[in-house]
Amino acid sequence: MSERSGLYAIWYREFKVFLREKSRIVASIINPILWLLVFGGGLGSSISVKGTNYQAFIYPGILAQAALFSSIFFGVYIVWDRKIDFLKEVLVAPISRTTIFVGKILGGATDALIQSAILLVLGAVLSWSGIIPGLNLGILSIVLSLFILFITISALVSVGLIIGSKMESPEGFQLISSFLLFPLFFLSGALFPINNLPAWLAPFVIIDPLTYPVDALRKIILGASHFTLMTDFGVMLGFLALVVVIGTYAFKKMKV
Amino acid sequence: MAVIETENLTKKYNGLTAVDNLNLKIEEGEIFGLLGPNGAGKTTTLLTLTTLIEPTSGTARVNGFDVVKQSDLVRKSIGIVFQDPSSDEILTGYENLKLHGLLYGMEPSLREKRIKDVLELVDLTDRKNDLVKKYSGGMRRRLELARGLMHHPKILFLDEPTLGLDPQSRTHIWQYIEKLQKEENISVIITTHYMEEVDRLCNRMAIIDAGKIVVLGTPEELKKVIGGDVVTVKTANPNIAAVKKLDFVKKIETKNGLVYLTVTDADKNLSEILQAIGKVESVEVHKPTLDDVFIHYTGKEIREGEAEGGWANKIINYNRKK
Repeated sequence: MSERSGLYAIWYREFKVFLREKSRIVASIINPILWLLVFGGGLGSSISVKGTNYQAFIYPGILAQAALFSSIFFGVYIVWDRKIDFLKEVLVAPISRTTIFVGKILGGATDALIQSAILLVLGAVLSWSGIIPGLNLGILSIVLSLFILFITISALVSVGLIIGSKMESPEGFQLISSFLLFPLFFLSGALFPINNLPAWLAPFVIIDPLTYPVDALRKIILGASHFTLMTDFGVMLGFLALVVVIGTYAFKKMKV
Repeated sequence: MAVIETENLTKKYNGLTAVDNLNLKIEEGEIFGLLGPNGAGKTTTLLTLTTLIEPTSGTARVNGFDVVKQSDLVRKSIGIVFQDPSSDEILTGYENLKLHGLLYGMEPSLREKRIKDVLELVDLTDRKNDLVKKYSGGMRRRLELARGLMHHPKILFLDEPTLGLDPQSRTHIWQYIEKLQKEENISVIITTHYMEEVDRLCNRMAIIDAGKIVVLGTPEELKKVIGGDVVTVKTANPNIAAVKKLDFVKKIETKNGLVYLTVTDADKNLSEILQAIGKVESVEVHKPTLDDVFIHYTGKEIREGEAEGGWANKIINYNRKK
């Protein structure tokens, strides 16, 4: 009872803060739109990928990218919690560290999922109005996409929280996370097809955990993928399990 | 029954001993003061007792539970007001309290009732829907005091509850602490480096210095140890020998160009002392305070190095008291 109520407490606080900081939502939407319209539009005017409009091709990748950035970045709030001593209030409550960790994941995932949902609806509008043709974004594929994004986001929020639990300052967090963000993004195949890569690049793409949600989203939204959906799901769930185990351990060891 | 009992409690950070074989017993219903200068080990002791850090060696029991092996039960028994603000300023006062109730697994109906009660106790009912960032320092401390009480803890820890507050807010917080101890019937442990705070609030107190308890007792007992009134004389060339001959002078100490005398019935005997000591620049007489107790036991002033003109301040304080 107390753990469930505690879980809700952690989530409740994150969600309230998210709703109050409207600039967070706006900022998290603007960036992906720029990528899609400016980068995608600019490059798309001269190339297409196997007959698919380039903007449509990168759309699933941009969804994953938006999820990546806001999920990992969520970890910085735990650094702030420590700075303002709010963390002590939470750590001294009679709930387990695992509950705190899971509550934080759910809080961060809610934020990033709301952002994803906005981008999905936006994609449907762009597709329907003919600006980016070829996106299959019916109700079913939006729901499926959100499910894939939920698994991805939960794993990435965990990664952010693990980094945050070790960091003393927001600046340190920024530094470490940007070392992680860009390789994860660029190697995921968000911006290029991964079926014909140079031999030196392919292994890096294979070990990037973001490759698999991008691939799965492409299957759902564009109908084509490199791996099977089973492979994508398998890797995503395996990665999620791994980071949750590490994160639970990191939270148990976390100092005030 | 002892609500807190420590046995050789020790905490070391990288070889530095912050708490050194602390043995302490605090009884139910007490307001107990841990008094010491900054860095004496008060906060470390408190963090250990509240399970936030583990002791290097020794044991501590809070409400009968071991702080390491039964940390969950300890955390259910205690409430804490931390030294630094620990409320979320993006939430309202009410939301901070609701969050606390949820964290402690309180029944919704009980939670709402307690929120109402504790807000009333600290006079924040009419500000409960304001964001905490709009609160003053004193209001925020009051909110955190209310929060620490909300889940009916058996023991309330207050870490420097009035640090950084203006005198008016400080008096307010003191009134609330007195009120809550009466109304809620709980044991309160206060760490502080303000003598007045201990003097006004605490039934018993311990002076802690360099991680060790120097002395423990009621404020009155400790003040009696001084054995008379304290006369502080500023003079360039004191005639110590002549003063020593006076039988009502119990103790003489010179420090930083000041002569500290412990005197029985100072009001009556002051003129004789002044005659004996020679040319006097200024003089101050007061009943023994915990400051004197602190100097007596540790050989230094509690706020040494913190602000200059401690002596001048004392005179100002003395004049105010008059």
